[in-house]
Amino acid sequence: MLATLGKDIRLEWRSKDALNAMLFFSLLVVVIFVFSFDPLAEESRHIVGGLVWVAFLFAAVVALNQTWARELRNQVLDAYRVSPAPANALFVAKVLGNFILVSLLEALMAPLFVIFYNLRVLGPAWQLIPVALLGTWALVVNGTFFAAMSLRTRSRELMLPLLLFPVSIPAVISMVAATTNILTAEDSAHFYIVLLLTYDVVFTTACLALFETVLQAE
Amino acid sequence: MKKAFPILAVLTALFLAYAFYQAMFVAPTDAAQGEVYRIIYYHVPSAWTAFLLFFVNFLASVQYLASAKASSQRATNWVVIAIGIIGFIAPFIPQVRQQLPTGMYPSSVATTALILVGLYFLIGKYFPGQNLDVLAVTAAEVGVVFCTIVLVTGPIWARPVWGIWWAPGDIRLTSTLVLWLIYVSYLVLRRFSDSAQTQKLAAVLAVFGALDVPLVYFSIWFFRTQHPQPVIGGGGSMDPRMLHVLLISWMAFLCFAFLVCWSRFRLEKLRREVEEAEALESLLEPAGPAALSSAVKVTFSRGSK
Repeated sequence: MLATLGKDIRLEWRSKDALNAMLFFSLLVVVIFVFSFDPLAEESRHIVGGLVWVAFLFAAVVALNQTWARELRNQVLDAYRVSPAPANALFVAKVLGNFILVSLLEALMAPLFVIFYNLRVLGPAWQLIPVALLGTWALVVNGTFFAAMSLRTRSRELMLPLLLFPVSIPAVISMVAATTNILTAEDSAHFYIVLLLTYDVVFTTACLALFETVLQAE
Repeated sequence: MKKAFPILAVLTALFLAYAFYQAMFVAPTDAAQGEVYRIIYYHVPSAWTAFLLFFVNFLASVQYLASAKASSQRATNWVVIAIGIIGFIAPFIPQVRQQLPTGMYPSSVATTALILVGLYFLIGKYFPGQNLDVLAVTAAEVGVVFCTIVLVTGPIWARPVWGIWWAPGDIRLTSTLVLWLIYVSYLVLRRFSDSAQTQKLAAVLAVFGALDVPLVYFSIWFFRTQHPQPVIGGGGSMDPRMLHVLLISWMAFLCFAFLVCWSRFRLEKLRREVEEAEALESLLEPAGPAALSSAVKVTFSRGSK
């Protein structure tokens, strides 16, 4: 597991393909949103929760599409299939790799949102950290799983968002609602953080239980 | 069995006509909404039928995934039995009983739990092997059609009654819409994936979709709902004559859904048989035209049966 994780991180570090693409992509999303809305500081608190997560969701899809496509070259995936290592170790390594990548992106992009929208957090700001971590995990765990599923389909890059977005809707609702609640301090975000945690636990379990079926499907 | 189809079709048509007559002319006019409300005789039965079909799809998918290995099949069976026992006993425990919405009786919850577990095992018994997957496609496709009817008739009713087409964030509207989205993505996956593993991947997606539904429901828990309370098992009150017509309408819709599912099921089975025969044919091709024509003959004789 650590070997796969190390390999993926080294690959990404040396090429920086996905990270650069994601960074530029979400920068574009931010800029386009700024032009299309141009809100006051008060309004922006209400909408920025949605904008941030939409930008991250789209950027995450860019990274997730690369996860498995990279392994198809030179039949690496087939090598994984016949190797005695448990399938779930491979899956967890991939999820952790994507998690680190997307978290890095969020850490770099969050200041930009603050600058462009003149944000000042009214609620308990430290709660944004668990929301970000749990939300990223929710996107990445299902995204990695569905990316492995869409490998078997025609036009697989198109397929991933089609599969991922419907299932992610409750997570996206919770992330956006929690972020908005923290930014505006109008309501407590506890309920949504617990819900995100539930979502993560449920879907991580489901992914681990079913990943072997998906990996061996050929 | 095949001869029963046209007879059943005629009976269903008559039943649907009777339900239409009941809904339009016999059911009393609503005091507050006037005649517009009559659309519920199409809206609500479609919704119930769609949810039932999606549930059948979920059960068939679980069975299909479990049947891959004997050990996983046994494990799943025990889990389902355990769920049935818990579902049967839990509603009678006082603490749980208080959580039930008013109008929902513990005995009805317990019976529902038993029926659902029974349905799981019945599906496993009568649809062995690949038939489980055929059943799952059929249920998903017909379910999406009924769910579309729900999503179209809903706004038509809401516009004159609420003054808006759609209430964003409403708990029922949103969860139905997400359910519809999930099953459309399920059908898209089936359409886009042409490997032999489509069935397994689709079954996995169906399980994910089913896990998603309660989470969608909770994520919009705090949003207020404008939707009328559920008629059965909820706090809603309804004129018994209206409820009577509604149930007749639902029975007619169920017959119709059964009929459509039946023919879709047969179509899908025949399609797969033809596909298999064609694959066989291409394997036999080097052997000469004689083998080819016999393979085609197999196709046609299977097709017309």
